[in-house]
Amino acid sequence: MERPFAITLDVGSSRANHTGSWRVERPVYVDRLPPCNDACPAGENIQRWLYHAESGDYENAWRTLVEDNPLPAIMGRVCFHPCETACNRAQVDEAVGINAVERFLGDTALAHGWSLPAPGPATGQKVLVVGAGPAGLSAAYHLRRRGHAVRLVDSAPRLGGMLRYGIPAYRLPRDVLDAEIARIVDMGVEVGLHETVTDIAAAREAAGADAVFLAVGAQLGKRVAIPAGDSAKVIDAVSFLHQVADDDPPLLGRRVVVYGGGDTALDAARTAKRLGATDAVIVYRRNREKMPAHAEEVEQALGEGVTVRWLSTIERFEGERMVIEKMALNAEGFPEPTGEFEELDADALVLALGQDTDLSLLEGSDVAVADGVVQVVDSMMTDVPGIFAGGDAAPSNRTATVAVGHGKRAARGIDAYLAGRVDERPPRHALAEAGRLNTWYYADAPRTERPELERIRRQTNFEEVIGGLTEDNALFEARRCLSCGNCFECDNCFGVCPDNAIVKLGPGERYAVNYDFCKGCGICVAECPCGAIEMVPERI
Amino acid sequence: MLQQIEGSRAIAETVARCRPEVVCAYPISPQTHIIEAIGAMVKDGRLTPCEFINVESEFAAMSVSIGASAAGARAYTATASQGLLFMIEAVYNAAGLGLPIVMTLANRAIGAPINIWNDHSDAMAVRDAGWIQLFAETNQEAADLHVQAFRLAEELSVPVMVCMDGFILTHAVEGVDLMDQELVDRFLPPYEPRQVLDPDDPVSIGAMVGPEAFEEVRYLAHLRQLDALELIPTVAAEFAALTGRASGGLVHPYRLEDAETVVIAMGSVLGTIKDAVDARRDAGERVGVLGITSFRPFPIAAVAEALREARRVVVIEKSFSLGMGGVLATDVAMSAPWLGQRLVTVVAGLGGRPITRRGIEDVIERARRDDLAPLTFLDLDEGVIARERARMSASRRSGPFAENVLRDLGTATEARR
Amino acid sequence: MTEPTATRVHFYQVGSFAVGNRLLSADDRTVQSNPARTNSIDSGHRACQGCGEALGARYALDAAMRATNDRLVAVNATGCLEVFSTPYPETSWRIPWLHSLFGNAPAVATGVAAAMRVKGRDDVRVVGQAGDGGTVDIGFGTLSGMFERNDDVLFICYDNEGYMNTGVQRSAATPPAARTATTDVVGPEPGNVFGQGKDLPRIAMAHDIPYVATATVADLHDLERKVEHAMEMRGARYLHVLVPCPLGWGSASSDTVRLARLATESGLFPVFEAEHGVVTGARRIRRRVAVEEYLRPQRRFAHLFSGAGRPDVVARLQAMADANIERYGLAPDEGE
Repeated sequence: MERPFAITLDVGSSRANHTGSWRVERPVYVDRLPPCNDACPAGENIQRWLYHAESGDYENAWRTLVEDNPLPAIMGRVCFHPCETACNRAQVDEAVGINAVERFLGDTALAHGWSLPAPGPATGQKVLVVGAGPAGLSAAYHLRRRGHAVRLVDSAPRLGGMLRYGIPAYRLPRDVLDAEIARIVDMGVEVGLHETVTDIAAAREAAGADAVFLAVGAQLGKRVAIPAGDSAKVIDAVSFLHQVADDDPPLLGRRVVVYGGGDTALDAARTAKRLGATDAVIVYRRNREKMPAHAEEVEQALGEGVTVRWLSTIERFEGERMVIEKMALNAEGFPEPTGEFEELDADALVLALGQDTDLSLLEGSDVAVADGVVQVVDSMMTDVPGIFAGGDAAPSNRTATVAVGHGKRAARGIDAYLAGRVDERPPRHALAEAGRLNTWYYADAPRTERPELERIRRQTNFEEVIGGLTEDNALFEARRCLSCGNCFECDNCFGVCPDNAIVKLGPGERYAVNYDFCKGCGICVAECPCGAIEMVPERI
Repeated sequence: MLQQIEGSRAIAETVARCRPEVVCAYPISPQTHIIEAIGAMVKDGRLTPCEFINVESEFAAMSVSIGASAAGARAYTATASQGLLFMIEAVYNAAGLGLPIVMTLANRAIGAPINIWNDHSDAMAVRDAGWIQLFAETNQEAADLHVQAFRLAEELSVPVMVCMDGFILTHAVEGVDLMDQELVDRFLPPYEPRQVLDPDDPVSIGAMVGPEAFEEVRYLAHLRQLDALELIPTVAAEFAALTGRASGGLVHPYRLEDAETVVIAMGSVLGTIKDAVDARRDAGERVGVLGITSFRPFPIAAVAEALREARRVVVIEKSFSLGMGGVLATDVAMSAPWLGQRLVTVVAGLGGRPITRRGIEDVIERARRDDLAPLTFLDLDEGVIARERARMSASRRSGPFAENVLRDLGTATEARR
Repeated sequence: MTEPTATRVHFYQVGSFAVGNRLLSADDRTVQSNPARTNSIDSGHRACQGCGEALGARYALDAAMRATNDRLVAVNATGCLEVFSTPYPETSWRIPWLHSLFGNAPAVATGVAAAMRVKGRDDVRVVGQAGDGGTVDIGFGTLSGMFERNDDVLFICYDNEGYMNTGVQRSAATPPAARTATTDVVGPEPGNVFGQGKDLPRIAMAHDIPYVATATVADLHDLERKVEHAMEMRGARYLHVLVPCPLGWGSASSDTVRLARLATESGLFPVFEAEHGVVTGARRIRRRVAVEEYLRPQRRFAHLFSGAGRPDVVARLQAMADANIERYGLAPDEGE
């Protein structure tokens, strides 16, 4: 049809007008480090596995998770989840229940029998891993993935280290523990039990190992000098829990006092309760706010009938009588004796005052030790080339998750060492701060609490206290993730651009900016929920 | 079939047979009878399919017509006087967009003072809008021009205004041979728009055009008007072949052969003028008439040709441009510049004042004697003018002169002290 | 072990508020999330950076296109939207589009609808659109006529609260205290005066037309749903969309959506819908803010906060917001 000149125009002709020339700033897509990932001692890409879980693709989520941590069912139970402490969602409503989703994924994998990735092609090199706790298991896994032969030795009759001998079964059921360990062993790990290494150089030689990873843990319960009569029953918490784990619990009587304020103290008290103690009393020299144990553990213990004598120290323990001195916090928050004393009936005292590492195997070596732990560099290598150390034996805050992280870092360090490379960590992205989020777009959704075992039942047996999430709840929880700092394809930028200058690249492919038309208004940046776009000055 | 019928009614019947698809109605005298009749025909189903829309103003009437026409419907409306001025922005717009809307203009004076009777001031106010403006001499021609108007509008994609004198034609009952439906259909094919709003072929209509192309757009519109100068006679000839009636065309010459004095006019007054000319011819005077049918486009060549032998030309027109003079006369002067002072303008019939045969004969006689001022006002009451001017010079607050004049003439009682 | 409470959740992270979500089925996503959306107004238009009207028009028309299976004609009044979209020789429209005059878009739309009906093309639907000047002021007469005749037109007002195309003059939609070129911030009562202006959605409701709704560019889901609902109906329908104008409001170009959101969250711009003159729904405020939070980022209100400020004037604006919240029941749902 002949069209009237100038007055009538053909559609879409304005695309000849490249309004991108107006721009003085341009939006660019960025990836920022989510605070959960940043906080995870095991180096998990939490946000990424939540991303898969959000769509119900649990296997992919699990596979992403075990890229970094081969023990999700375990960590989903025992980790104190610094990720949740760091979670930006806490500033909207409540932190995402990352730990619960991790456990759900771990349990789902066990239920479905998903196996870990196959070992890498054999390198012909061998690594001796001393200690089969979380650090050793993690290192063995990551080394096998890199194709190195692994010999994993432990002095105990079973694998697991503190996971087995330090954490009570009501927190970590043994079938879960066994299943996740077996999965690692099944990758072709050579296991030596009842093997106590006393000379590291000799052991390395004997194993024909090209490198060694020391993950011997901290097995020695600290003792303090408490005047005690001969008949007084005193035991350290590590030994107590170990014996319980070996199904050989000591007889402590009906009134058990636990001395200390850490998680181990709580474990001991709660275990004592389960073993039949009528009174499980924790004596701690400071107050509740100052207690190093995790708050939720304290909450659970109190709920089970454990009692706590705050601001108290044990003066002496004679027969069935324990004398306690009241303390008061000074201006600096340190406890000071008050000279006031009380008496307490007690059949046994469990000391939960921290642990030391047995490093006698290093005698005669050049491995540097300070403050009771092995000194390492970033790659976890000690002063002796080829000897690496991690877990509680190295400087750390001694959690299972830190140990898993150490195992992974050590495996990478060992791999680089064996290949003659310098171990270089990729640069970290800038942190995805809460201030960069546009939280308007996130639906209000309070977190799903995991069901707790009824209180009466958990006073008498070792059944798991904390239940898992149902699939629905796990999905809900995963979807509470804000995806801080990383595009999750919400289409906001694509929708809010007044100039249609955002190109949608398809599922998983995210977006691109068509700079021919982008005028640089910045709405996409302002309305990006997760702060994954930023404006940068245009070079003019 | 010839029948005695009111002019408005004849227009309504004829327009209906042109199968308009959207008709907008807003009442204003003296066109109201037309849309009333069409409305009734739509409502009782005689005219279908047709959307008859009672709008809230003339501005809306033309605007609805614009939308309808742009969407491919044959659109019609009618107005007069103030109504035309109220829609004037849309009148220009319809032409600018090249929309073939047909509108009847029942010519009427423009206030203030408000006046509902006939003159041509309204049509003259929109002469530059880009519409074709055709003036009807009789109700027969008015009816016939509507049929031709749709043809012209749609072939050229230009809106057409059929101008007919208010009351004199619209309300006069006289014999009109109404075309039957079959005849109209033979003459007027269905509307095939030059451009149309269509989801299957989207275009943007009504773009903003800047200095780089605006002049070209206007010139193209002008060329379209020149095309109309070619097409109008062709369509009229075709119409004549079909009906035997010489309605339409650019000009209507009457007894022009050997005429020394030529009277030029538009509209119904031509009938009176022809009677006067017949009388003067009977008296042996060489007088003729040139009726202008197409005021826009103005048929410069046809007028020049018709006036080639004239010794003097008298333009009798029912409008004038205040501070200047004749509007039609200006166009005639431009067509025949050699006439110079031999062309005079007689302004007559303003606001419905009767133009009589005797008055015209008097004008012709004075013209023959070269006794007419270049701009003459027919039947002007010089006494009233003199008295009002005296009042104005005597007192700054002399009051509204329209009222003063009426009081002078004794048709208004003392309204206030 | 106790059975955990199974909570059936339909929670999609951001699905309820963001443009799209990979977890939703395509049918449940917004039109704007679809790469195959019409882009009724295409790239290359000459709207200012961050133009709310360009955004609003695309949102509304793309939704209308989906609702009508692409059988849509748009009639546009003179104004920013018209000027920045169709300067010869380029047009940004991808749909049939007609511009006639400033004050006649509703009537022209009536004409298009009449033509479609008479041609038996009832499938082709008509949208009229204008800015606030073309709607509440110069186009008001034709709009009211279109309403009372109940013509089959959805008329959309993109309200940026002033005559922006001509250089930011006051319209009957300009809020009190706002600075415009014709309500300067001089004298004892700077800016636009209180007690004037038209509430066009309520005037529209008074015509008893089938559907009247308000929306903003900050809530796409709501806007698209309303357009879709409107296109399910026949007769005169009116949608009043708040579209912030960085130029006229003196706001950052990146703040366009945020300001629209603050306008609703403060209560100054009530988002509601009505059928046949009766309010049928109002969008509750989700995170209520004081009007000051909305006013401060806009230079047109800067005089309320410079020097000693005008807390008295801010309080009057807050009272207007409070009255809206009361009238339409906009207070946040405490249960949320």
